[in-house]
Amino acid sequence: METISIDVASLNLPALLPMAILTLGALGLICVDLVVKGLNRSFLTMITILFILLDLGAVIGYNGPSRAFFDVLLVDGIALIAQVIILVASAIFLPLSLSHRHFREFEMAEFYALFMFMIVGFQCMVVSDNLILIFIGLETSSLALYTMIAMHNRAKAFEAAIKYFTMGALAAGFYALSALIFYAMTGSVEIYQIEQALQARNFEPLVGILAGTIFMLGALGFKLSLVPSHTWTPDVYEGSSAPLAGYMAVVPKIAGFVVAMRLFEMLVYSGVVWLEHILYAAVVLTMTLANITALVQEDVKRMLAFSSISHAGFMMAAILIGTTQSNTALFLYWTLFMFTNLGAFTMLWIVRHRKNLWDERYQHPYTKFSGLVKLMPATATIMGIFMFALAGMPPFSVFWGKLYLISAAINSEYIYLAVIIALNSAIAVYYYMKLAVYMFLKEPVMADATLYATNASTPLKVIVGVAVMITVFAIVFVEPLLEILTKYVSASGF
Amino acid sequence: MEHILSLLVFFPAMAGLLGFLVAKESIRAYGISVSVIEFCLSLILWIGFDSTNAGYQFVEYYAFIPSYGMSYYLGVDGISLFLVVLSTFITMIALIGLSIEKDIKNLIISVLFLEMTMVGVFLILDVIWFYAFWELSLVPMLYIIGAWGGEKRMYAAIKFFLYTFAGSVLMLVGILYMGFLYYEATGIWSFALPDWYLLQVPFRAQLWLFGAFFLGFAIKVPMFPFHTWLPYAHGQAPTIGSVILAAVLLKMGSYGFVRFSLPLFPDATVYFLIPVAIICIIMVIYAAMIAYAQEDMKQVIAYSSISHMGIVILGTFAMNAEGITGSIFLMLSHGIVSGALFMLVGVIYDRRHTKMIRDFGGLAQVMPNFATVYGIMLMASVGLPLTVGFVGEFLSLVGFYRISWILTLLAGTGIILGAVYMLVLYKKSFFGQVVHEENRSLKDLNAKELSALIPLVLLVAILGIYPKPLLSTIDMSVQKMLVLMDQKAIEPATKELIMKANSIGGTH
Repeated sequence: METISIDVASLNLPALLPMAILTLGALGLICVDLVVKGLNRSFLTMITILFILLDLGAVIGYNGPSRAFFDVLLVDGIALIAQVIILVASAIFLPLSLSHRHFREFEMAEFYALFMFMIVGFQCMVVSDNLILIFIGLETSSLALYTMIAMHNRAKAFEAAIKYFTMGALAAGFYALSALIFYAMTGSVEIYQIEQALQARNFEPLVGILAGTIFMLGALGFKLSLVPSHTWTPDVYEGSSAPLAGYMAVVPKIAGFVVAMRLFEMLVYSGVVWLEHILYAAVVLTMTLANITALVQEDVKRMLAFSSISHAGFMMAAILIGTTQSNTALFLYWTLFMFTNLGAFTMLWIVRHRKNLWDERYQHPYTKFSGLVKLMPATATIMGIFMFALAGMPPFSVFWGKLYLISAAINSEYIYLAVIIALNSAIAVYYYMKLAVYMFLKEPVMADATLYATNASTPLKVIVGVAVMITVFAIVFVEPLLEILTKYVSASGF
Repeated sequence: MEHILSLLVFFPAMAGLLGFLVAKESIRAYGISVSVIEFCLSLILWIGFDSTNAGYQFVEYYAFIPSYGMSYYLGVDGISLFLVVLSTFITMIALIGLSIEKDIKNLIISVLFLEMTMVGVFLILDVIWFYAFWELSLVPMLYIIGAWGGEKRMYAAIKFFLYTFAGSVLMLVGILYMGFLYYEATGIWSFALPDWYLLQVPFRAQLWLFGAFFLGFAIKVPMFPFHTWLPYAHGQAPTIGSVILAAVLLKMGSYGFVRFSLPLFPDATVYFLIPVAIICIIMVIYAAMIAYAQEDMKQVIAYSSISHMGIVILGTFAMNAEGITGSIFLMLSHGIVSGALFMLVGVIYDRRHTKMIRDFGGLAQVMPNFATVYGIMLMASVGLPLTVGFVGEFLSLVGFYRISWILTLLAGTGIILGAVYMLVLYKKSFFGQVVHEENRSLKDLNAKELSALIPLVLLVAILGIYPKPLLSTIDMSVQKMLVLMDQKAIEPATKELIMKANSIGGTH
């Protein structure tokens, strides 16, 4: 055996710094919790936010080669953008723990430690093109997330966590199988080497590639809640607390999108028509079926769950198109969607009431919001703005993402896809508008405004304020955002 | 005068925002003052408008998202000038005549936001912004119909919203495709309409794009068979909603045809000319027949709107200066007349809480002033010479006569049918003996209603007798547009048709 000798400098350790910060932070937090009992949730929240900000600094400040650590890490433009989105969304999410009423999970230091581990997992997913590191990231983040859902400590939350866990285990199995197949065919687990090897053998045997793609679509499709592996989404969102549901609709998906982008764009460009057709079908089904199911929901949270599936479908369309413009559109869309969606879920968090006063089955039935404009005009107006923004009404945030996405589809001659996206937006308007109709046009069921404000607190209001400002004045951010995103996306070759 | 267009667009919105701080007791006065100021601003625009210049005036241009070709681009020409004045005028009149007490603050703020979107649609020259204003106009209207409407208001409001939204998202795809074509041809992104005017679109693409834009506009107008939302919306909307909807919002669709479909896709316009004309004929005759069968006074006027919009679109597709100028003039006159008629129905509804024709009869005896104003508006609606309705209708039909005399003849029956249903309505409601006791004690028009209605009556008479100042200004810009269409046309057949349509003798 020859001795292994590696220069430490060639490992390029600074690239690991962002993940190291949060890992150390999480471990430190656990240690502190062992020694000091009864740490207040405000302390835990703020210290976690500080670690996230340090991480953000490390991410933005990184200035080295894009390859690191035995070529396992790949710090390119899309990795950078995705990490910034993940960290900003996490930093906005955390203060939602400071609601007026106290919830058990937010009192425990473990929650915050798990939260940081989860972010590390997401970061590992996006800064790598090594299938094994991606797998580790995927599992780290998922296991942390399952636990955090269960910590909400309601019967529904346990159900959600178990459901998520079992389905997630299946998806992990799919992922491992797919990675195995690709490894067997090419002898590598690095996506770029897989690509080279496949090209060298002219994408033969087709059966192997198809099997690998299908399994990968099943695995990532689960994370991204693509039809048909979307069935867990509404139940899990319903069982988790509203902010965590909003978080799940945004952050794990952006990590999944980056992985999907790295993998599928390689496959779509392989020239094997089959692969494109499979992806095309998944995209169209995801958009349309989720939208149609959302129409008949009676609960706002479930409606938002289905609508987030449909939004994920739009994003997969961007990956299917696969041009620089469409990938930029994906990040633009998701950045804008992040604020609006988080805002909408925060509104649900604010109006949360301990008891299900309005409906036996659901926490947030539509009837709960009847005539809200008469009781709380500001709350109703803000919620209305979020709904119209999610529906893609100009000039609110999501519209600009959708505009750019449809434009990307048209520019690459995907006219039918563009029309399908447009028609789906038209369908989506109905269920978003339904809530607006309930809030603005119906008479209140219970004329007691205090029922809607039991969970409101200043941090929550500030977050909603930030979200609504960004949603309304998104127009201003589009140009600078586009510039930055295009620069980084094209720099990393997508 | 530098930024008067921006001021016109955003003044009502600013006033609407500040309106949240105005106390409920004074909000009516506030709304009227704002709308009067806005109307004066539009008059100043008219006075400052150079009626010898056919191009865009008072242009404001700021690059907005330059990497994607979006800009903030405002401009006014002869085609849009009077539609802006109409919007501000009708909003003012509707607010003066407002009789609703419930949640009046929300209502007035909604109307002010609606005014912003209406003026914005007519003044903006950047297509993405146009789309934004177009879509935004739905939200206040949804609220106005849904919150202050009649029994089935929810259904009517949602139907209105979904129909229009579905049509316009396909228009968005068309807009983006057009932007892409422009990029392919020139290498730069632009969504500015004047830039697009210079682009010759390939014939196949024109057909598809025409279709995409047509859906958006046709649903708004509304053209047969997309008209079914309109009777519901009118039937359920409160008076102010109906007035604004009929007078201004429908005109957005027909304005879209003149502004977008014709100059951008001249070949497709000619290609689809006869099918569109046939749809117009169906609208004219079919809607008139339905109007005759209605028992609800408001529904009669709603269906008569569809019938008249048929002639507006027919005039637009005449492809000559008379037809298009006439159709724009008809948009204005229909705005005035249908707005007034809906207000009059509102007046009687406030007193009797019914709109059914059978509940009236002999109203002329108890409410002579009301009957007079109603009669004048009715005649204008039918298109009696020397009223405002005649001018536009006549010019539109004269214009289309050069394309096809037989279709024009069929469309002309609309005037006769219009006279039938309107006069029957008038006879049943106003003439004869008073058969219902509760009608005996009805009060005639009060000062508030008179102050809203008299300006409309004056306009009907003045513009009916001397429409030239408006017509010549409109005509100038229309001529310019026709020249542009002729230059842009790809197919020889299109050039030939435009040439023939603009010469005596037409295509016959």
